[in-house]
Amino acid sequence: MTGDNHVIAGAGIPGCHLFSGCGFPAPGLQNFTFPPIFTINLGGGVVFHFTKPMLIAFICAAAVIVFFAFAFARPKLVPRGVQNIGELALLFVRDQILRPSLGKKGDKYLSYLMSLFFFIWLMNLMEIIPVMEFPATSKIAFPTSLMLTVYLTYLYLGFKHQGFAGYFKNMIPRDVPLWVLGILIPIEVARYFVVQPFTLAIRLFANMFAGHLLLAVFTVATWYLAGLTIGALYAATSFAMVLGVTLLEALIELLQAFIFTTLAAVYFADSLEAGH
Amino acid sequence: MLDLATHTLAAAAQTGITDTGLHNAMKVLGGVAYGLAAIGPGVGIGLVFGHAIDAMARQPEATGRITQYMWIGFSLTEALALIGIVIPFIFGA
Repeated sequence: MTGDNHVIAGAGIPGCHLFSGCGFPAPGLQNFTFPPIFTINLGGGVVFHFTKPMLIAFICAAAVIVFFAFAFARPKLVPRGVQNIGELALLFVRDQILRPSLGKKGDKYLSYLMSLFFFIWLMNLMEIIPVMEFPATSKIAFPTSLMLTVYLTYLYLGFKHQGFAGYFKNMIPRDVPLWVLGILIPIEVARYFVVQPFTLAIRLFANMFAGHLLLAVFTVATWYLAGLTIGALYAATSFAMVLGVTLLEALIELLQAFIFTTLAAVYFADSLEAGH
Repeated sequence: MLDLATHTLAAAAQTGITDTGLHNAMKVLGGVAYGLAAIGPGVGIGLVFGHAIDAMARQPEATGRITQYMWIGFSLTEALALIGIVIPFIFGA
């Protein structure tokens, strides 16, 4: 099985159920690799495979762009139609994510934070939408590239607003005894340059990876346990778990998009103010 | 393209371990690794939500702001448990 979820749901290994002697076909890393939809041969042994996660990411980006282009196309003072939803979305990001950390003067980062939030949320949502059923953010590349935009931006803002030496100087609070500095300086430097970007990317990736794996386990289990006698009860229980995990995933997806965007705003605010 | 990178890394890792006994032991170790990794965040998330409930009981009108910080604290703590579940896959590929 090269990981297409349709293989799990339908064809599978014919006749492999609970009491037929084959083991449970556990989902694993193979569920995250997909056969390429098309391939471009770039010459010199380099090939470019266009796979399903890339397609999903393209669709999500296009959907966000098209939706907001439509919603804010001809804005009226008293909103009508789609503009209502667009304004709801904008006010959510501005009042719950941007204003608490950046304050009113951070409004110029609103467009970036809005794009980030809705792009991540839509990519996450693809996990529970029927045909796609794969969160693009569970491929490490997507959270990593989003994290890189935040990382490079907050470093640039920090160096621009505090100066190159000032950025490092502001990591240390004043009136710190000398013996503490030996442990404080490595920790602070590691925090700004290593820990913050790493955990930002890994948090989103691991949440979506584990969620998709969980959903896959219970879906495969429903099919594997299905039978005519006691198997029906097992499969029904497993299916109830699928429904429960889907609800949980819907919450986690929104939460992770919110957290990524909130932390991006917090890191920007940290770079704009003079450290502590 | 990253699929190809992970494929080659996985193949390289697998050719290193040809003994199936050791391979199975590593799989079990991966499970134990997650079990240990889940202790800290388990306590941490309990603390986050417990203190949030305490605070909401003391001052119900601050519920909105407390809820917001509660969710932020939850996902920062949860991140560590989830890194724990992902690492065995990375090292056992």
